[in-house]
Amino acid sequence: MKPYRYERAEDISGAISALADEPEGAFLGGGTNIVDLMKLGVSTPDVLVDVRRLMSDDIEETEDGGVRIGAAVPNSDLAADPTIRTRYPALSEALLSGASGQLRNMATTGGNFLQRTRCVYFQDTTTPCNKREPGSGCSALDGYNKNHAILGSSEHCVATHPSDMAVAMAALDAFVVTHGPNGERRIPIEELHRLPGDEPERDTILEHGELITAVELPPMGFSSNSKYRKVRERASYAFALVSVAAAMDVEDGVVRDVRVALGGVAHKPWRATKVEEALRGEPVSEENFRAAAEIELSEAEPLSENAYKVPLARNVMVRTLSDLSGEGR
Amino acid sequence: MTATQAPGKSVGAPISRVEGHLKVRGAATYAYEHRLDEPAYLHPLQSTIANGRVAKIDASRAEAEPGVVAVLTHENAPKLEAVGDAELEILQNGEVGFRGQFIGAVIADTFEAARYAAGLVEIEYEERETDADFRPDRDDLYTPEQLNAGFEPDTSVGDVDGALASAAVKFDATYTTPREHNNPMEPHSSIAVWDEGELTLYESTQGVYWTQNTIAPLFGLDAEKVHVISPHVGGGFGSKGLPHANVVLAALAAMLVEGRPVKFALTRHMMFSVAGYRTPTIQRIRLGADAEGKLSAICNDVVEQTSKIKEFAEQTGTSARMMYDSSNIQTTHLLAALDVAVPSWLRAPGEAPGMFALESAMDEMAIECDLDPVEFRIMNEPEKDLESGLPFSSRGLVACLREGAERFGWDGRNPTPRSERDGRWLVGTGVASSVYPVFSMGGNAATIRADSDGKYVVEIGAADIGTGTWTTLGQIAADELGVSFEDVEMKIGDTKFPNASGAGGSSGITSWGSTLVEAARSLREKIEAEHGGNIPDEGVEASAKMPKNPHRKEYAMYAFGAHFVEARVDEDTGEVRVPRMTSVFAAGRIINAKTARSQFMGGMVMGLSAALHEESVLDTRFGHVVNHDFAEYHIPTNADVGELDISWIEEDDPYVNPMGSKGIGEIGIVGSAAAVANAVYHATGTRVRELPITPDKLIS
Amino acid sequence: MRQRLAGHSVPFLPPGMVSGFEFQEKHMFGDRQFAEGRMFAFPSHYLKGDGFMDAEITLRVDGEEHRLTVDTRTTILDALRESIGNTSPKKGCDHGQCGACTVLLDGRRVNSCLTLAVAHDGAEVTTSEGLSENGELHPMHRSFMEHDAFQCGYCTPGQIVSAVGMLDEVEAGWTSHATEDGENVSLSDEEIRERMSGNLCRCAAYANMLPAIKEVSDR
Repeated sequence: MKPYRYERAEDISGAISALADEPEGAFLGGGTNIVDLMKLGVSTPDVLVDVRRLMSDDIEETEDGGVRIGAAVPNSDLAADPTIRTRYPALSEALLSGASGQLRNMATTGGNFLQRTRCVYFQDTTTPCNKREPGSGCSALDGYNKNHAILGSSEHCVATHPSDMAVAMAALDAFVVTHGPNGERRIPIEELHRLPGDEPERDTILEHGELITAVELPPMGFSSNSKYRKVRERASYAFALVSVAAAMDVEDGVVRDVRVALGGVAHKPWRATKVEEALRGEPVSEENFRAAAEIELSEAEPLSENAYKVPLARNVMVRTLSDLSGEGR
Repeated sequence: MTATQAPGKSVGAPISRVEGHLKVRGAATYAYEHRLDEPAYLHPLQSTIANGRVAKIDASRAEAEPGVVAVLTHENAPKLEAVGDAELEILQNGEVGFRGQFIGAVIADTFEAARYAAGLVEIEYEERETDADFRPDRDDLYTPEQLNAGFEPDTSVGDVDGALASAAVKFDATYTTPREHNNPMEPHSSIAVWDEGELTLYESTQGVYWTQNTIAPLFGLDAEKVHVISPHVGGGFGSKGLPHANVVLAALAAMLVEGRPVKFALTRHMMFSVAGYRTPTIQRIRLGADAEGKLSAICNDVVEQTSKIKEFAEQTGTSARMMYDSSNIQTTHLLAALDVAVPSWLRAPGEAPGMFALESAMDEMAIECDLDPVEFRIMNEPEKDLESGLPFSSRGLVACLREGAERFGWDGRNPTPRSERDGRWLVGTGVASSVYPVFSMGGNAATIRADSDGKYVVEIGAADIGTGTWTTLGQIAADELGVSFEDVEMKIGDTKFPNASGAGGSSGITSWGSTLVEAARSLREKIEAEHGGNIPDEGVEASAKMPKNPHRKEYAMYAFGAHFVEARVDEDTGEVRVPRMTSVFAAGRIINAKTARSQFMGGMVMGLSAALHEESVLDTRFGHVVNHDFAEYHIPTNADVGELDISWIEEDDPYVNPMGSKGIGEIGIVGSAAAVANAVYHATGTRVRELPITPDKLIS
Repeated sequence: MRQRLAGHSVPFLPPGMVSGFEFQEKHMFGDRQFAEGRMFAFPSHYLKGDGFMDAEITLRVDGEEHRLTVDTRTTILDALRESIGNTSPKKGCDHGQCGACTVLLDGRRVNSCLTLAVAHDGAEVTTSEGLSENGELHPMHRSFMEHDAFQCGYCTPGQIVSAVGMLDEVEAGWTSHATEDGENVSLSDEEIRERMSGNLCRCAAYANMLPAIKEVSDR
C-alpha cells in the first residue's frame, strides 16, 4: 500500500475542495473496498479524505412519499430499517444477500455503489487489465471469465459490477444525490454506472471529487411487492453469479407495471427495460415472463466460460416475476 | 468443562481440549504472535513469469524507502547447501521455475513499509516460453519412479483387458478433480532469528522435527542448531507438513539482519503460489462385472500434474488396488511436469481424488447392474488386501455401510433419478465408501517425568494442528500410567522435547501414542524396580523410543467409513445444498469422543467443499492461479453445512498399535465428495464427473 | 440514525459527534485547534514526521486506553497485533474475506483488517480477549469449549466476537437473508448459520458452533 495522507474535512464542501488539487486523491467511506484495493496496489491514492462522518446517516421519509437515505447509512442499518423492509423489500433483501454481517456494518450506502469489479485480473496488478491500466489489454476476454458479463460488454472489458444493493436501487428507480466541484446533481442509478465501451477505467459518470451524499427512493406504489433473488456458488458470503431485483404491480391477473434489474451480468446494474416493456399490460403467466426474459437476453454475448448465465438469468427472472405475480410454485 | 476422569479411564472420554481456554480468548500463541524485541518484517518478491531467469534487479528505490532495512535478492543472498530440492534452494541464482516463486524480499521496520517497498523493486526477466497446460493428450507424460508415501506407480493383477472384454457389464468413464489449495486459516508464518550460528524458528508447522530436518541441511547446520517452536498451529491439512520456501526465505533474510527477528506470514494470495496444493487429476475408471454384479475388473488410469522443478506424484490410484474384490485390477499413474508451483500434500493425498472417481464409478456401475449401491459395494467386499495379499487387521466397511444406511433411512430409496421433489428443489440421496491406511512414522521418542506429588510431565515434539493432540496424548499417557488425566501435563510443539514425527498421513496418534505407551511402561517399571513402587522425592523420569509393530508384516491396516448424503438441487438455478449427511466410521478405538467427532466432521465438510466449491483456476497463459483469494476460491461458510450425523462402530483391533486406534484426520474427506456427486445425480439425473459441481454444470 | 445495539454500552459515535453538513469551515489540517468535544479535531501529530504519514491516535481496547502512533496505512488489526500486542484477532486473509479479524468497533462487529486505524481515533475496540470479565470467561467462550466449536483455534476469537455481535443484532430486531418473518426475528438454526457466514472456518467446526451459539442465546 502506497503511503498516503489521511485527511478529514469539516464538511462536505471542505471534502470536495480537499480533492480538487489532488488528482490521485480519493474519498474514504466505510473503506471495505478501497482499503482492499489499496492493499492490492490496485488503488494508489496520495490522499484519502475521510467523509464517513460528514454525511447523513439518517433514513427519512420525504414529503412526496419517497425515502431519502444519507450516504453514510451503513448497509446493516439500511437493511434493517422498517420502512425499507416493508416498502422496498427488494432493497433490504439485496443488502442482506451481500457480503457478511461484519462488512455490512462497515460499508456505507454511498460507498456500496462505488465498489469496483471483482474481476480477478483487475485485482491482480501482475496481469494486464484495461480497467486498471488502460491499453494493457483485457485478460479475462480469453481467460477466466466464468463470472463475467454477458450483456453490454466491450472488447476492452468484460467485467461485472459486484453490488447487490445497486441492482435493487436500479429496479426501484432510485437516484443518487451528489455534491462535486460543479455543484449538486441528482443522477438516476441507471445512469450512474457506465458500460465499459472504450473507457473501461471509468465505472461511473461521477467526476473526480464528486461525492455521493444521499440516495433518494421515489414513491412507487408497488415497490412493496418487490423481491431480490441472488444465485451464488455458496449459500452465503459470495458474489452473485446472477441476481434479479424486480417489483411488480399486478391487477386482475395483468401486469400493470413492473421493474426488473439484473446483477452479475454486466458492467453495471442492468435495468431490463425490454422485459418491462414486453410485460406491461400483459397477462401474468410463466410463458409471458419467459418470452420477455428471452427478449432481453437475445442480445447476450456470452464468453468462453459464461454461457450458462443466459439460461440462468432467464430462469431467475421467470422465477422472480412468477413469485411476485403470485404464480410461483 | 472437562470432567475429572478416573485413573485409567481417560481414553475414549469426550474431554474438552485442554488449550481451549487459550484459543477462545485468542491467547494461544501462533507462530507470528511470539513477542520478540525489535522485529523486522519481511515482504517477498515473487516472480511474475513462470519460466526464465531474473536478468536485472534494481532495489535502489526500495532501499531508499523509509523503514526499509535490507533488500534480499539472489545477488546478495547467503549461500545454501545443495540438497537437491529446487523448491527450497531459493535465491541461489536468478532462475525462475514457476510464477510466484520467491526471487527476493524486502525487510523493513514495519509491515506496511515492507509491503510497499517490495513493489518498488524493479525486476527485469529473460522469459522462456511457459508450459502450464495440463492435458491428458500431452506427448511428454511420464511414469514416476514412485508415488507419494512410497507406493508403486503402476500395478497389475490378473488380466484387466481380458476381463473387461468378457464382462457382462462394462463401464468406462473419465473423472477429473481440480487443483485445490489447503488454505488453513492461519497462513504459513515464521519468525526467524539467528544467534551465534544457531537458528530459531517460531513456525507454523505440522512437525517441528520435519522442519528442523529439512531446514538444517540447507544451511549446512547440524540439526540441533535449528530450534523450532510451534505450540499452536492454525490448521495445515498437509500444507504445513513438508516445509515450503517461505521458511527458507525468512531464515535467509534473518541472516542479513543477524540477531534481529524477521517476521514473515504469507498473504492469502501467496497461499496459492508457494504453499503446496493438491494436483489436478484425470482418472479413467474402467469396471467390468458379471451379470449378477460381481466385479471382474477394476482399473484406474491416472494422469496428474507436477512441477518441473520438483516432483510430487500423488498416489491417486492406490485405493482402487484394495477397495473391492476382483481378480483383475490395474492402476497406472502418469505425470505431466509443467512450469507450475510445486504440488504437495492436501488432506488424504491420493485417497481423496482417487475415491471421488472410484466411488462415483461404483455408483454408476451399480446403476448399470441394476443394484442398490450399498448392496453392490457389500457384494464386492474382498476377503483380504488384494495388493499385499495380507489379511486386514480389521475391515469395518460393511458394518459402516449397514449402520449408515440405517441411521440415514436409506431403505426404501427409489433409485430412479428425479423421483423426489420439494417445490423447486430436486431431492436426491447418495452413498460412498471411505478408506484410509493406518500409517505410522518412525523416529519418535518421549520422556515422562513423575514428581513426588503424583503429577506427570510428558514431553514429545508432537504437533497439534487442531487435531486435539494436546488433549489426546495426555489421555493416552494417563491411562498407561494409571493416573487421572488431570495429573498429566503435556509438552509438545518444540524441538526442545524429544524427537517426533509430524502430523501427517493420519499417523500422529499411532506414532506418538505408541511411543508414549512405551515410555509410560518404562517409567512404571523403573518406579517399580528402582524405587519400590514409590515416586522418590526428587522425582523420576524415563524415556523410550517408538517400538516396532511386529503386526505390520502380518496385516493390512486401514480405517473405513461410509457417507450418506442428501442433496437438493434448485431446478432453475443449479444451486446445490446438502441439508444432511450421515457418516459412520470404523477407525479402531476412539481416543477422545469429542475431538474425534470434530476431526471426522472437518474431513466430511472438506469433502463437501471439494464436491461443490473448490477449484484453483490456473491461467495457462501466465502460469498462476488467478482466483487466489477467499472471495473467488470458495470454501464452505456456516450456511453451507447442514445437519451432520457422525458416529463410529466399536472396533477392537489389537494389531494397529497399543491403543487399538487408527488415524482419523483424513478418513472423513475420503469418499465424501463422491457421496455428494452421487446424490446430485440421483436428484437431477445429471452425472457430473468434473469437480466441483457448480451451478453452471447443472443449469439448462 | 445508526441503530444502537443492546448489550454493549459503547456509543457508536464519540460524544459531540454531529452528523450532517453544519460545519462551515471548508478545510482543515492537523495543527488546527478545535473546540473540545468536536470530533473533527484530528490527530494532533498529523503533520509529524516525513511525508505526513504518521498519526497519533487513541484506541480504547478491551477497556484499556492506548495512545499510539500509527502509519496512516495501518489497519486496526495490525495496530492491535503489532503495536499494542493484542493478538486475539487474527489475520486470515487481510481482505475482509474470512472474518478471523472480527472485533467489536464501537459495539458493532467489523473486519478490523479493512479498518484503517487513523480513521478511528478514539474508538472503542473489543476483542475476544476483552469479552472476559474479571478474568472470567464469557459464556460464549465456555460454550465454544464445551461444544468443541473449534479445532485449530485460529478463526475462533473472530467467531466468538462475531457471535456476540450477532446476538446483539438479533436483539435489535435486524433481519437476515435467512429471515422468514421480519416482524418476529427468532434465532433458528438457519438464522445462526446465515448470520455467522462471515467467519470462515477451514476446520469446519460450524456444526458445533451452531449448538454453542444457540445455548448462549437461549440463556
